[in-house]
Amino acid sequence: MTRKFTKDHEWVLVEGDVATVGVSDFAQSQLGDVVFVELPEAGRVLEQGKEAAVVESVKAASDVYAPVSGTVLESNQALVDDPSKVNGDAEGEGWFFKLQLSDAAELDDLMDEAAYKAFVEASH
Amino acid sequence: MTEAATALKTTPLHALHVELGARMVPFAGYDMPVQYPLGILKEHQHTREKAGLFDVSHMGQVRLTGADPAGALETLVPGDIKGLAQGRMRYTLFLNDQGGILDDLMVTNAGDHLFLVVNAACKEQDVAHLREKLAGKAEVELLDDLALMALQGPAAAGVMARFVPEAATMKFMTCLSATFKGVPVILTRSGYTGEDGYEISCDKADAEMIARALLAESEVEAIGLGARDSLRLEAGLCLYGHDIDTTTTPVEAALEWTLPKRRRAEGGFPGYDIIHRQLTEGASRRRVGIQPDGRQPAREHTEIQDTAGATLGEITSGGFGPTAGAPVAMGYVDTANSAVGTALTLVVRGKPLPARVAATPFVPQRYYRG
Repeated sequence: MTRKFTKDHEWVLVEGDVATVGVSDFAQSQLGDVVFVELPEAGRVLEQGKEAAVVESVKAASDVYAPVSGTVLESNQALVDDPSKVNGDAEGEGWFFKLQLSDAAELDDLMDEAAYKAFVEASH
Repeated sequence: MTEAATALKTTPLHALHVELGARMVPFAGYDMPVQYPLGILKEHQHTREKAGLFDVSHMGQVRLTGADPAGALETLVPGDIKGLAQGRMRYTLFLNDQGGILDDLMVTNAGDHLFLVVNAACKEQDVAHLREKLAGKAEVELLDDLALMALQGPAAAGVMARFVPEAATMKFMTCLSATFKGVPVILTRSGYTGEDGYEISCDKADAEMIARALLAESEVEAIGLGARDSLRLEAGLCLYGHDIDTTTTPVEAALEWTLPKRRRAEGGFPGYDIIHRQLTEGASRRRVGIQPDGRQPAREHTEIQDTAGATLGEITSGGFGPTAGAPVAMGYVDTANSAVGTALTLVVRGKPLPARVAATPFVPQRYYRG
């Protein structure tokens, strides 16, 4: 079970065929204080790389994209109630939604933690 | 770095911002701190609860001298400048012939001259405008050798009194020449956060010493432009280039309070005919406070509709108000829909978001009236 990352700074953690998705700790540090999240409702079918959620900081709104395709199983209601969890624990309690994976092979397109770290360092 | 980035100007406090870990961004041609490690939310709250120090040295400080600088300036602004007693200041507007706003500014009667503080992005055009229109009537000097800081918040007066005891009893919108740890400063009891506080004009060589002395006080934190924006928005104050510009008149912008009785009667400022007509007959649109329902902020350029879906205007400033604990915004609507409480629809990311016209300020102003 390894965490994988996208170039858009989402992470995905797969257990069986369920993928948990959030934004990276680096992303939250760039966003600043998060004040609002809009999460996809259960049952929505998401396509890899397409808009899945919205995260708004004090200053700006940003899209969150689906790192892999699948059907939304649940979204993190605790995050809706307290969006600052994104800043406090982006890669833990600050998860956005869980997906039923539709194509596990898509995970091969993503970076592992070491590759993502290198990507962040190279691009910022 | 790109060519544009290398061309950015810096303020005398630039090295201090970097040392404090600020995130620097280009703003009005300057490399400015948008936030410090504390973050915008905490910086905002700190200013409301204690005191925040802002570098506003990018703004233009201008000296106007001549036989009658107040009379001269009144030909360009609608404010009562002739009636400004020595040591007092007020907010006014440069207007164009259509009554549109060229810039907003603070004017202080400094005795032998008028002292103007204008927006960074407008300062060169403001100086050119003053020189062209007041040629032969007043001398205009852009004071590039000065720095400007703002100390804002409920603890500002207590902190300032440790350095400048006479600052404690200054009233809102007054000015004082003083010394701060031995160096000359001009203090005004003013600011743009809705809080009590001061603006401190000093020689740029003294700015860092003053900033470090204030930051060493336990109540004071360095605050960036991000929190400055959310503070002024909650206070219902206009940001030039966003809430007001050359296409908005003072009446449309709900700034009638900048049009005193004598000037309304006498005129003699640009756009008077249009503004006088709007004062008498009303303007077709108006700037209002807007409170979206729920927690989702509505940003600048968000379309405002009536509840039937007809376009009314757009949001000119919007975001999350940390003290209000809710999203807050300002924008223009047609006058028929401008009453407080009127239901509106905001089109946020293609979806309708219910909102209401709200009274401003969104948080109570706490100026020191003495």
